[in-house]
Amino acid sequence: MDFKTLLFFFFSAILLFAALRVITAKNPVHAVLNLILAFFTAAGIWLLLEAEFLAMVLVMVYIGAVMVLFLFVVMMLDIDLDRLRQGFWRYLPLGAFVGLVVALEMALVLGGEYFYSSADANLPAAAAGVSNTRELGALLVSRYVYPFELTAALLLMAIVAAVALAFRGKKPARRVDPAEQIRVRAADRLRIVHMPTETDDAPPAAIDDQPEKDA
Amino acid sequence: MNLTLSHFLILGALLFAISMVGIFLNRKNLIVLLMSIELMLLAVNMNFVAFSRYAQDLHGQLFVFFILAVAAAESAVGLAILVLLFRNLNSIHVDDIDKLKG
Repeated sequence: MDFKTLLFFFFSAILLFAALRVITAKNPVHAVLNLILAFFTAAGIWLLLEAEFLAMVLVMVYIGAVMVLFLFVVMMLDIDLDRLRQGFWRYLPLGAFVGLVVALEMALVLGGEYFYSSADANLPAAAAGVSNTRELGALLVSRYVYPFELTAALLLMAIVAAVALAFRGKKPARRVDPAEQIRVRAADRLRIVHMPTETDDAPPAAIDDQPEKDA
Repeated sequence: MNLTLSHFLILGALLFAISMVGIFLNRKNLIVLLMSIELMLLAVNMNFVAFSRYAQDLHGQLFVFFILAVAAAESAVGLAILVLLFRNLNSIHVDDIDKLKG
């Protein structure tokens, strides 16, 4: 057993363990953290498969953005955990049975002669100067340029959809309306009060105490 | 013992089976359902990358690229819907989401 095989088994053990924890964890936050572990080890396995660019994308974009978004949402929601776990044990036998059947069937087919014969040692190693990223990029902007553009449109659509879903209308904010400010006239703000002039000799004239009528 | 294609394919199959069991077990919990779907996509991607390596063909990896983009969009919209549901119903229990039942 060479070192690569050993690494593969090491990573797969962690990956499967993390996946099992994702589906059985009581607390959704723990489930998300285990999901992050699962994606991280999957990136390790992809490195073994010489898909370096995708491994890095998985770590940076998927763990860095999508999983953190998951974590945000899970931590934001105040969930009644006990109620969500209802029926967990009731569905376990059926679920485990179906899962086992699927796993066995797939293992029987995939462990067969055909897939087993393609050994790793027979593959040519990547040449020294060849970059996986460069080759992927060349393919992406030549043959797959149309799907690439479509993906961009899809992402834009997802942004708009997510904002539209989470947007709850404008909040009544305390702010000044510039239109109202411009429309105001001097008469609205300034009031000129007429008073009789005071003189020294005459007794002070009876100043009208009445408040001025509003303009 | 040498690594073969079937090692990676069986790993993907096991991952897929685990996430399927997850959908069975957590059918009341929308968040864990979404996470199980993410795991399923990971299993599929694993197969793509493995085939791409053993067939010496980069097109498989490009497909993974696109799947990752679509999965990111899916989870963003899914989580937005989840937040909206929680705001309106104050719960994400699957049984509470029956407004369309009539």
